[in-house]
Amino acid sequence: MSGVRVLVGTKKGAFVLTSDGKRQMWDVSAPHFAGWELYHLKGSPADPNRLYASQCSGWFGQQIQRSDDGGTTWNPVDNKFTYAGVPGTHQWYDGTPHPWEFARVWHLEPSLTDPDTVYAGVQDAALFRSTDGGASWHELAGLREHGSGPSWQPGAGGLCLHTILLDPTNANRIYIAISAAGAFRTDDGGQSWKPINRGLKSEGIPKPEAEVGHCVHHIAMNGSRPNVLFMQKHWDVMRSDNGGDSWQEVSGNLPTDFGFAIDVHTHEPETIYVVPIKSDSEHFPPDGKLRVFRSRSGGNEWEPLTKGLPQSNCYVNVLRDAMAVDSLDSCGIYFGTTGGQVYVSPDAGDTWMPIVENLPPVLSVEVQTLQ
Amino acid sequence: MIRVDLPAHLRTLARVQGEVSVDVAGEVTLGAVLDALEASYPVLRGAIRDHITQKRRPFVRFFACEEDWSHERTDVPLPDAVTAGSEPLHIVGAMAGG
Repeated sequence: MSGVRVLVGTKKGAFVLTSDGKRQMWDVSAPHFAGWELYHLKGSPADPNRLYASQCSGWFGQQIQRSDDGGTTWNPVDNKFTYAGVPGTHQWYDGTPHPWEFARVWHLEPSLTDPDTVYAGVQDAALFRSTDGGASWHELAGLREHGSGPSWQPGAGGLCLHTILLDPTNANRIYIAISAAGAFRTDDGGQSWKPINRGLKSEGIPKPEAEVGHCVHHIAMNGSRPNVLFMQKHWDVMRSDNGGDSWQEVSGNLPTDFGFAIDVHTHEPETIYVVPIKSDSEHFPPDGKLRVFRSRSGGNEWEPLTKGLPQSNCYVNVLRDAMAVDSLDSCGIYFGTTGGQVYVSPDAGDTWMPIVENLPPVLSVEVQTLQ
Repeated sequence: MIRVDLPAHLRTLARVQGEVSVDVAGEVTLGAVLDALEASYPVLRGAIRDHITQKRRPFVRFFACEEDWSHERTDVPLPDAVTAGSEPLHIVGAMAGG
């Protein structure tokens, strides 16, 4: 019997939502790590019972939790994220040099093949890896030591590495994104990195087409075509057909091309989803209407998906890691809001329903398809 | 035995209820108590003071015998009442909104 397990990180704890393949009736767990911020939780593709969670607090710092039983029980693992060598500085908001300081883990990306290997994207921006199930963490320092590192500046949420994409066809290729440095790629397993921002244009930086300095909000990939990437930038929805070597804008007829979340249909690699947000200063949907936009043509032509979503007086946001897709035959789409709702569409976006409506603000949503 | 009163989130993290007790060999300073506490409950490493600098996290406070020890040096002996176990060392999450 197939089913799904949705992992929800919120400002005040984590929740595990489970359902069968119909995705109509849901069980909702009690909060895990109640009172802590759960920036991200994700399951291992190689062992669905192995989950990792980033738990943090402004008072008590960072914890990493691991579950070996699908989220029923958890145990803390190592929480020491030490930058390699002498960390040096990046730019602060005012342009002055600022020492690299660890703040939190934004994103955990388990290996596609080994449950004990997991990557962590952190603030201040760096990529760490554990190969022992979280018992120890080591920085892949080649990224932070990229020559442009001292010029990286934080976005409004901090200098965070928030996106990690693993190429299922090439274990040496990893994509990451940093706000507000941009996207980077390694082709040697993390030893060396190159910026992949050609074609991005950002009006808010001194040189709009600079090699680095772009506020990339999220990148999504369909594993069947790992060279095709879709990006929600601060403004603009972008597409690359060559592994990030170049990008072109595909915002098309979107009502606004600002947003955070973006994802790709599991079985239709040209079908993509975004949630347009009014602007960088008004982080809610235009006109108070919560609309997911779907393109079946890989961008440019978009249709609003509204059935089951509030179409008046809705002023929530959908954050960058708060959208996910399952891999059931009828692809399920999920997203969570800063208003505490988690919505599911079991039919690829045609219709939506809330799974829960009153959680704390949702920071992240991931889904596991269970066979 | 030195009694330590942890804030609720750290009690949950350490999986303890109520106060905890730690043995401190030698002079009972704040630093020595924190060393002993982290040795008994490794999950608390990094949650009270920074892994590298060993400085108190900004929103953590230390109280003992109704006095604020948060800004004291960590190699100064704690009050006799704490050393004798008649008063706990309070580790507190600072009052800060949210």
